[in-house]
Amino acid sequence: MSERTLDRRTLMISAGLSTMAGISAAASGKSAGWVERLLKRRFVELSDERREEILAEIEETCRKKYGRDDITVSDTRALDGVEFAYGLDLSRCVGCRRCVYACVHENNQSRDPQIHWIRVLEMKKDHGIDFAESDIYYDPEEVPEPESFYLPVACQQCRNPACVKVCPVKATWQEADGIVVIDPDWCLGCRCCMSACPYGARHFNWTDPTIAAEEINPDTHVFGNLPRPKGVVEKCTFCIHRTRKGRYPACVEICPVGARKFGNLLDEDGEMRYLMREKRVFVLKEELNTKPRFYYFFAT
Amino acid sequence: MIKDIASFITGSARIAFKGNTTFYAWIAFLGLVCLWGLAAWWNQFQHGLITTNMRDQVSWAFYIGNFTFLVGVAAAAVMLVIPAYIYDWKPIKEIAIFGELLAVSAIVMSMLFVFVDVGRPDRVWQLMPIIGTPNLPSSLLGWDVMVLNGYLVLNLLIVLHLLYTGFHRRPYNRRFVVPLLLFSIPAAVGIHTVTAFVYAGTAARPFWNSAILAPRFLASAFCSGPAILLILFQILQRTTSIKIKDEAIWKIAELMAYAMFLNLFLFGAEIFREYYSNTHHLIHTQYLYSGVHGHDALVPYAWASLICSVVAFLLFLIPATRKNLVTLNLGCVLIFAGVYIEKGMALVIPGMTPDTLGEFYEYVPTLSEVRVGAGIFAVGFLIFTLLCKMAIPILQDAASGEST
Repeated sequence: MSERTLDRRTLMISAGLSTMAGISAAASGKSAGWVERLLKRRFVELSDERREEILAEIEETCRKKYGRDDITVSDTRALDGVEFAYGLDLSRCVGCRRCVYACVHENNQSRDPQIHWIRVLEMKKDHGIDFAESDIYYDPEEVPEPESFYLPVACQQCRNPACVKVCPVKATWQEADGIVVIDPDWCLGCRCCMSACPYGARHFNWTDPTIAAEEINPDTHVFGNLPRPKGVVEKCTFCIHRTRKGRYPACVEICPVGARKFGNLLDEDGEMRYLMREKRVFVLKEELNTKPRFYYFFAT
Repeated sequence: MIKDIASFITGSARIAFKGNTTFYAWIAFLGLVCLWGLAAWWNQFQHGLITTNMRDQVSWAFYIGNFTFLVGVAAAAVMLVIPAYIYDWKPIKEIAIFGELLAVSAIVMSMLFVFVDVGRPDRVWQLMPIIGTPNLPSSLLGWDVMVLNGYLVLNLLIVLHLLYTGFHRRPYNRRFVVPLLLFSIPAAVGIHTVTAFVYAGTAARPFWNSAILAPRFLASAFCSGPAILLILFQILQRTTSIKIKDEAIWKIAELMAYAMFLNLFLFGAEIFREYYSNTHHLIHTQYLYSGVHGHDALVPYAWASLICSVVAFLLFLIPATRKNLVTLNLGCVLIFAGVYIEKGMALVIPGMTPDTLGEFYEYVPTLSEVRVGAGIFAVGFLIFTLLCKMAIPILQDAASGEST
């Protein structure tokens, strides 16, 4: 009996447990059931070989589930010398929500019930930025409305993330390039992180997410847009499957007014450094010391 | 030894399940409520937490509120252990075991409420050291799981030792039990503090992010658990030959009055800070007590809770009403209701309403949530009833032994 047939994330903790697993697996013929679960380890703790095997298995399961042979699952790692950051020009944003839906499609978010990683807040010009007076359900004939401006919010990829601190099982962490990710295979669904996040960036799968097979984005990352199961938390990952391969996030590409900027903070000549030198940027809720990598500015 | 253990198990099972018609009717009732809740939970397990009215805006609600309340009930034991063992006050010493029994039942219930709240109950083992990946020391929920399990084990040890020695008519081992009882005092303070810190450590939720949250938890907890015990003691006075002195009941009621005073004082301090400084953060308190923009689902409950607590405080403070059975029991019910609303609904929900981006989502529990909750309470009362049944004959024997 090979390790592979035993479990996709198995590590032999002790001879005793492995014997039990063997007996259980032998008895059932295929899977080792609960013993298999107790021997499971977090994806990030596994060897490269094991990770490859698991990715292949996830890919297989996913292809079967949606009947799509083009689905690929990667675990592309953070690149050296890269720290991602985001810039958003509030004077340009017109509140069209194209970013919201581009994100839904790019990142395989549930269509029913709807999950939106980006939420656009309508603010009143005579109030300024005031969450208490904001509205995310604005629905006029045409945007922008003359009395309003718009403030899109998604995960702020904090340097000091409150969500990571509170997770009781180490299912969420900050990667070397600054992206805060969630392991959907380890998340307990306790929602401590949702209580802790000051930006409402984390979303819970209250039931099985539904996405039509033809609408699946087949290019997936294991901590990013791989379709999630029910009962776990998900969030924006700066399009980890694209940006780690040198592409822009989907929301940056779709924005019709060029309000969205993205780049490597460590690149002195890069877009983000230029932006921060030439414009005056601010972050949301700076008093909470979350130190976001998501900068807002008014270019004009 | 093994024979002794076997006879203890079979013997106490016989005692626990033998009773009159009222007893069987009570057990049958609890059993039915358990099944009613279990069916709702099974449906929730199949479809996900969408069967609740929790959503991303209010992502913790009824379940976590009940969890918080029940951690408080588990402190009941301390209110008996302190006068009994620190001040060596005999009338309470004889009945302190019922506090431990309640603590065991309440901790089991509180853990069940966490279990039904998580999205992936199949992964709770990940919270355990060695086999799982507890995120210690940084996660407060991680710590909470540790201390609650520890408190359960501690109380189980005490209870099982007392029942076991009592069953075999041997004196209990003081050198084993008394240190554990004394340790249960800081442990009870510990479970409350850690549970309060789960909320108080959340800077994103100003309604919870308060330094006096842990003291408030302790103060209200010292009222809610003993309220159940006072009613139980009166039932025992009438239906068994256990001698429970009226002074014991009055003394506990008096201690509850002091705890309630502290609770109300801390509440007042919080209210002053919120309304006088009148910052953006006031909106959560306003939502609770007066409603905002027509969102006022919690307002009647909030005021009911406050009125219950104040009236109960007065009833327990004045010796005449404390010693009158009618007003005493009324006070118990009012305290229980007042603290249940305060910790159950009025702490968790306004903390998340409006949400961090200012959205109002008005939460009220679904029938499914209420059913699951009722089921868990039935499990707890079932455990408590059976444990009490086991303890009663032991105490009765002790009482009749003294009188002859």
